[in-house]
Amino acid sequence: MANETFTGAEMVVKALSALDVKYVFGYPGGSVLDIYDAIFQQQDVAHILVRHEQAATHMADGYSRATGEVGVVLATSGPGATNCVTGIATAYMDSIPMVVLAGQVPTNLIGDDAFQETDIVGCSRPIVKHSFNCRSLEDIPNVIAKAFYIAKSGRPGPVVVELPKDILIPQHKAEFHIEKQIKMRSYNPTKKGHPKQIRKAVNAITQAKRLVVYSGGGVILADAADLLTELVEQLNAPCTNTLMGLGGIPGTHKNFIGMLGMHGSLEANKAMANADVILALGARFDDRVTNNVKKFCPNATIVHVDIDPTSISKTINAHIPVVGLIDVVLKQLLTELKEKQYQPDEQANSSWWQQINEWRSMKSISYEQGEGKIKPQRVVEAMYKITNGEAYVCSDVGQHQMFAAQYYPFDKPRQWINSGGLGTMGFGLPAAMGVKLAFPDSHVICITGDGSIQMNIQELSTCLQYQLPVVIISLNNRSLGMVRQWQDMIYDGRHSSSYMESLPDFVALAEAYGHVGIQINDLNELDSKLEQAFSIKNRLVFVDVLVDELEHVYPMQIRHGAVDDMWLGKGVKA
Amino acid sequence: MRRILSILLENEPGSLSRIVGLFSQRAFNIESLTVAPTEDNSLSRITIATSGDDRVLEQIVKQVNKLIDVIKITDLTERDHVEREIILIKVLAMNDKARTEIKRITDIFRGSIVDIGKQVYTVELTGNAEKINAFIKTLAYETEIIESVRSGSVGIARGEKALRI
Repeated sequence: MANETFTGAEMVVKALSALDVKYVFGYPGGSVLDIYDAIFQQQDVAHILVRHEQAATHMADGYSRATGEVGVVLATSGPGATNCVTGIATAYMDSIPMVVLAGQVPTNLIGDDAFQETDIVGCSRPIVKHSFNCRSLEDIPNVIAKAFYIAKSGRPGPVVVELPKDILIPQHKAEFHIEKQIKMRSYNPTKKGHPKQIRKAVNAITQAKRLVVYSGGGVILADAADLLTELVEQLNAPCTNTLMGLGGIPGTHKNFIGMLGMHGSLEANKAMANADVILALGARFDDRVTNNVKKFCPNATIVHVDIDPTSISKTINAHIPVVGLIDVVLKQLLTELKEKQYQPDEQANSSWWQQINEWRSMKSISYEQGEGKIKPQRVVEAMYKITNGEAYVCSDVGQHQMFAAQYYPFDKPRQWINSGGLGTMGFGLPAAMGVKLAFPDSHVICITGDGSIQMNIQELSTCLQYQLPVVIISLNNRSLGMVRQWQDMIYDGRHSSSYMESLPDFVALAEAYGHVGIQINDLNELDSKLEQAFSIKNRLVFVDVLVDELEHVYPMQIRHGAVDDMWLGKGVKA
Repeated sequence: MRRILSILLENEPGSLSRIVGLFSQRAFNIESLTVAPTEDNSLSRITIATSGDDRVLEQIVKQVNKLIDVIKITDLTERDHVEREIILIKVLAMNDKARTEIKRITDIFRGSIVDIGKQVYTVELTGNAEKINAFIKTLAYETEIIESVRSGSVGIARGEKALRI
C-alpha cells in the first residue's frame, strides 16, 4: 500500500499539531487560503481570528509569555505580513518565542511585484532570530519544526517562515515526515556555564561586602524564579528586578528592593550605585537601567550571567562573564555555594542591609491622594487589593505601565506582561487576550491609557467572538501622559501633540462592541466600582477611570546622570 | 584598527544578506567583503575587512556568531595569516615611455599585463591591500588610471590552524 500523501497546506497544520500547538492567531487572505481550508477540516489546532494582524502577533506573544509555549501567527502575504512587523519586533526585543507563518505569492511570481507581494523575510530580517524561505512541499514539516526549535531554544525569539502559495495548493501532494530531534551544525546554543567561570563568580559573590542581585527577563523566560529566590535567600542579598524581570523574586519578598532603572525605586538604584559586586542574571544593562554608562557603578565587580554572549560586555564591561541557561547556571552556583559551605559575612551583610533600609525608609515609591482627582497610583493599588495580587497584569506603554510596575508587586513569574524592550503601544489588549485564552479562570487585566488602548481597540470585537472577558482598566488622563511628562520636564511644558482631543465615549464604545463599560470619576466610587468590574465574570468590562492628568511618574533618573541620580518628585532630587 | 575576519557559513539563500544587514543594522564598518562557496558546496566562506576598537570587534564577532547560519568566525588579525587581494587596473599607454614605465612597474610589483588595447594596458596584480595601494599610487605617477576593480581581501591562517567544520 502506498504511503499517505498530503498537500502543503495540510502539512502545515499537521506539523503544528505534531508540535502540540493548540492555537494559531491570524487573519486569512489569498495566499494562505489553502492553509485556512486545511484548518477548517481538523480539530487539533484552533484558529483565533483577530481584527488586525499586529494584534495576532501580540496575542500569540501574550499567550507565550504566560505559558512559556511558542506563540504561533498565521498571516497572508503582503499587507498581512507587514502588519506583523511591529509584533515581531516586540517579541524580538523581549526574547519571546514566536513562529510567524507568512504566505507568499507563488514562486514563479516572486520578484514581479505581484498582487500582495512583499519580501517579508527581507522586511523582518533585523528583527527575527531567524527566518526561512520554504521553497518545496517536502520541506514544510521540517522547516516548521526547525523554526520552533530555534524560536524556543537558547535565547528565544521570533522566527518567520515564508510559504509561497504554489507549495500549498491541493494539486501537489507528498509524504509527511517530521524530525523529532532537530540537529543543526550551525546552531548549538550553550547550556551549562563554564565551571571555571562558575568558581570565579562564586568567589566574587562570597567575598562581597555589598552584593546586589540584579535580575531580568531571562530569569522569567528560563522559569528560574524559584532558583533565583533560593540563591537570594542563601546569600541574604538584596535583589532588584528589571521591568522585564518583575516576578523573578516575589514582589513581597523581604529581600526584594524594587525595580531599578529610570523609574525604579531609590533603594534599588542606590544599592546598585554602592554595590561592590553586582550579580546580573538574565538582564542586559539596557539604557533604561544604566542611565549614563560612563557613570554606571564604577566600583562594582560585575558578574554577568546570560544565555546570549552578545549581551555580555555590550554596554557595560563584565568582569566575570558566564554564558549559559539561567536555570542551569543558577543550579551550578547553588551547588558551588553548598560545596564551599558558604555562610554570609554577617557583619558586612547587616551593615549593608542597614544602609539599604535607610534608603527604603525614604519611601521613594509613594504619592499623595488628597481629596481631589483620582491618582493613577491609587487605581493600581485598588486593583492589587481586589485581585489579591494574583492577577495577570498585561500592560500597554506609558505612565500606566510604570505605575503598574511600581504599585502592583508580582509574587509569581509570568504574571506581569509588558512590552519592555520595544515599548509598543497597543500591546496590552491583544496580549491580555492571549493570556485569557490560556488561563480563562484567572483574573486577566489590561492596564492601559486613553492613548495606548486606541492603538488596537478593534480587538474588542475579537474578545466578543471568543468570549475573552479581560478587565480593561484605562487610566484616562486625556493626554499622552508620558510624552506630556517629558514635555513638562524637558521642553518647558510645551505640550506638542500630547493631548488626545476628541476622545471617544469609552463606555459607549465598549457597549457598542457588546461589552460592559464603566466610568469612574469619583474617588469615593473607585473601590466599589472596581469591585463591581471584577465581579462580572463572563463579560469583558472596560473601566474608564478619569485620573489626575497632572500626575508624573516618580522617582525618575536624571538624564545623563549616574544610576542613582534621581528626581523623587517635582523639583525634588534624591 | 583594521581587522580581517573569516566567516564559515551555510551556503543558503539569504545568508549573505544576514551578514551584510547585521553590519549596517549595528553600524559596523565594512571596508571590503568577499564571498564564495568553498570546496564543500554547502558552505560559503566570507572574508570581511573591517575596523574598530577591541570592544566593537568583540561585538562584531559575537553578533556574527549569533546568526543561525554562521558556523564559525575567526579574527585572522590576531595571528599569523596570509592576506591577498587581486586588482585589475586599466591604464593609459599612449607612447613608448608610458608603456615602458607600466611594464617596468608591473614587473617590479610582480604583476602581469593581461590585455592590451590600442592605447591602454590592463594589468593584474595580487597582494595584500598595502601592496596594491602602493602599486596604484606608483602607476598614477606615470600614467592615467582609466578604471580599476579590486576583489577585496581574502585571508587564511598560516600553519596548521584552519577554519573548517
